[in-house]
Amino acid sequence: MEVHKISVFGGYGKDGSAEKVNEFSLEVGDIISIVGPTGCGKTTLINDIELFANENTPSGRRVTINDEPVPEDFIFDPSNHPIALISQHTNFLSDLPVEEFLTIHATVRGATDVASIIEETLNFANELTGEPIMKDIAMTELSGGQTRSLLIADAVVIGNSPIILLDEIENAGIHRTKALELLKRYKKIFVFVTHDPCIALMSDFRIVMKNGAMQSLIVTRPEERKVAGKMKQIDDMMLDFRTIIRSGEELTESIFNENFKVLTF
Amino acid sequence: MKLVIFAGPPTCGKTTVIRQVLKRMAARQIKAAYLKIDVLYADDDTIIAKEFGIPVKKIYSGELCPDHCNVVVLDEAVEWADSCGAGYLFVETAGLCLRCSPYVENSLGIVVLEATSGMNLPRKIGPMLTLADISVITKIDLISQAEREVFRYRVLESAKKITVVESNALYGIGIDPIVKQILKTPDIEFPMFLRGNPPVGTCTICVGKKEIGAKHHFGVLRTLDEDLVYVGE
Repeated sequence: MEVHKISVFGGYGKDGSAEKVNEFSLEVGDIISIVGPTGCGKTTLINDIELFANENTPSGRRVTINDEPVPEDFIFDPSNHPIALISQHTNFLSDLPVEEFLTIHATVRGATDVASIIEETLNFANELTGEPIMKDIAMTELSGGQTRSLLIADAVVIGNSPIILLDEIENAGIHRTKALELLKRYKKIFVFVTHDPCIALMSDFRIVMKNGAMQSLIVTRPEERKVAGKMKQIDDMMLDFRTIIRSGEELTESIFNENFKVLTF
Repeated sequence: MKLVIFAGPPTCGKTTVIRQVLKRMAARQIKAAYLKIDVLYADDDTIIAKEFGIPVKKIYSGELCPDHCNVVVLDEAVEWADSCGAGYLFVETAGLCLRCSPYVENSLGIVVLEATSGMNLPRKIGPMLTLADISVITKIDLISQAEREVFRYRVLESAKKITVVESNALYGIGIDPIVKQILKTPDIEFPMFLRGNPPVGTCTICVGKKEIGAKHHFGVLRTLDEDLVYVGE
């Protein structure tokens, strides 16, 4: 079954009152964000989506795919499961070498050209990380950022999941606007739980959470898109500064001013 | 009487799964009794009694292995649950060496495995997995999607007909399908029989011989390089 649409129907907030957003839908190609202060229920919302909640989770929310209730084998078989959730706790526990592990996963997924799919996965991951991931290093030896990058790359390329939920990837030290650009090349649905204004404004719309409930849905208007563009410039500048510091150089006032001048606003 | 047997390695989340199941049973006003078989220490019985107000019992297997203990007490346990007016008996056992399996014919056998125990676990454990009806995989939120898939694939590779249920039991996620199966379980028939064959022969180690080395033992033995041999009458 091809997934082209996923819909979420509102339930209740922590105080038992009905959610103000009572429905939203995502279609292939959509990128959205879930925002709000910590503890407001952002992660619970994506957990509900991942589980295809059917009024059986504490929030009482309901999820449908292609306007239909979700088939059972979607729920029980992770290789049929159309959603990949990469959470803040998600980790690799296997100490197999990267290449061997990816081979196992690609084989389980029934890939025909295992070598090239692994190549693509590693290239994807390495665009997001600082230090490239080596094929023969153990999964457990990867750094936090490398792990997150490989999790994303594996879910997108090998898992080929049509829906990808990413919980606070900005904390992982990976290149996040780059990640967003790369992800846009794949026809999928991406949901970001984020505190990052850049990611939020680069999304098609954002859901604002408060006290366990979906409070409002804000579509990114052209004005905000313009702001997003400016913010990306600031973000890139900060990344340049980060690169300077990471590579052991000094960040002088003249370098700072030079970078600042490049801003076009 | 319907019998549901929960098995699984220590700390895999059996009790958490059971509590979530009991919560849903209580909501349907179905009365279950709970028997815990552990080796040296357990306090789940008092926690469950307090939380659900159902009849509970605890046995320490001590010198016996928990599966052995399960075999020798289960008939009385069923009588006990019956006398308490329970329609279901939940048995939680920590089978340790994994050579036996605690499931009884006409019972529902549930093996609880934690996803974090490594992708090779399903290949390492024997009849506790292969003879179960349901395999509940817990702590799924802690590992990568890829490893989840491989873990599940390997469960099915060992136990082709098993129903796999992924669960994050702390949040009560994935519990409904387990309850559904429990409600479909047939009544137990007497006399009860173990579903699988226990390990072969009488083990001299089980009966208390502590000497190390095959030459001190009899029955079914092996050496480092030789496969199984039988020594004895």
